[in-house]
Amino acid sequence: MLDAIDRKLVAATQTGLPLVSEPYRVLGERLGLAEAEVIARLQRLLDDGAIRRIGAIPNHYALGYTANGMSVWDVADESVAEVGARVGALDFVTHCYERPRYLPLWPYNLFAMVHGRTRDEVRTKVAEIAALVGPAARAHEVLFSTRILKKTGLRIAA
Amino acid sequence: MRSLDPTERAVVNGLQGGFPLTQRPFRDAGAKLGLSEGEMIDCIGGLLAGGQLSRFGPLWNAEQMGGAVCLAAIAVPPERFEEVAELVNAHAEIAHNYERDHELNMWFVVSAAEPGRIDQVIAEIERETGLAVRAMPKTREFFVGFRVEV
Repeated sequence: MLDAIDRKLVAATQTGLPLVSEPYRVLGERLGLAEAEVIARLQRLLDDGAIRRIGAIPNHYALGYTANGMSVWDVADESVAEVGARVGALDFVTHCYERPRYLPLWPYNLFAMVHGRTRDEVRTKVAEIAALVGPAARAHEVLFSTRILKKTGLRIAA
Repeated sequence: MRSLDPTERAVVNGLQGGFPLTQRPFRDAGAKLGLSEGEMIDCIGGLLAGGQLSRFGPLWNAEQMGGAVCLAAIAVPPERFEEVAELVNAHAEIAHNYERDHELNMWFVVSAAEPGRIDQVIAEIERETGLAVRAMPKTREFFVGFRVEV
């Protein structure tokens, strides 16, 4: 769990790091913390998984990755942990989760998001997943997003 | 869409994680890419201004902060699609909402600081729209090694 100072760090960095030669010192000045404490806290938060990674967060659309396919798979419950681990490890899968089914409308329990420059590129990547998973997947589909209806950034109160 | 120059490409491809936690991180990261500290800062600033990067810094994991996130989907009758999109989007807890080509044609993410609030928002949307909302909370998350290659 985050303490009050961690939450201040979240609020101060959720739009990004200062683009200066010593960003952690500048951050510390804004928050009344020593540079070494800022660095130590960020390292701990990274180790704990509260920070997924630090670096460039690309805008997929602006980089030409305009096709976004949610591939969904019906995998036997006893195999989903093993299959999900292998699918998530592919470098073109951005998110990989197990989720509940809603039978008969929705038989799929494994979700793997695939981004590409075109729908064909996404379909090719999904075919790679299908080949990797083999008969462990009883059925799959790709749902393309046809329109963004709303998109706002993560906002966390300090 | 503007194409990236080789320096920008190197920065986008090489820095999607692992930005150093050191006193001079732009200098240290640049050393691996053959760029000076000043070139790194200018290049990243340009990519942010041009919109190719949405941010540069830590990517926080919302759930680890005590917040809750839940994917949900609705099968919206096509003739009601715009009306239902407005009702769903009016909730501040809806961060993302996408139209997708399936009978379940509206997919959105509900996020809230209090986990209990997720079910309330879903119940409100069901009441306002008269449609069933299928909550699809993740039951397991698999590690992803994703990088955009440009």
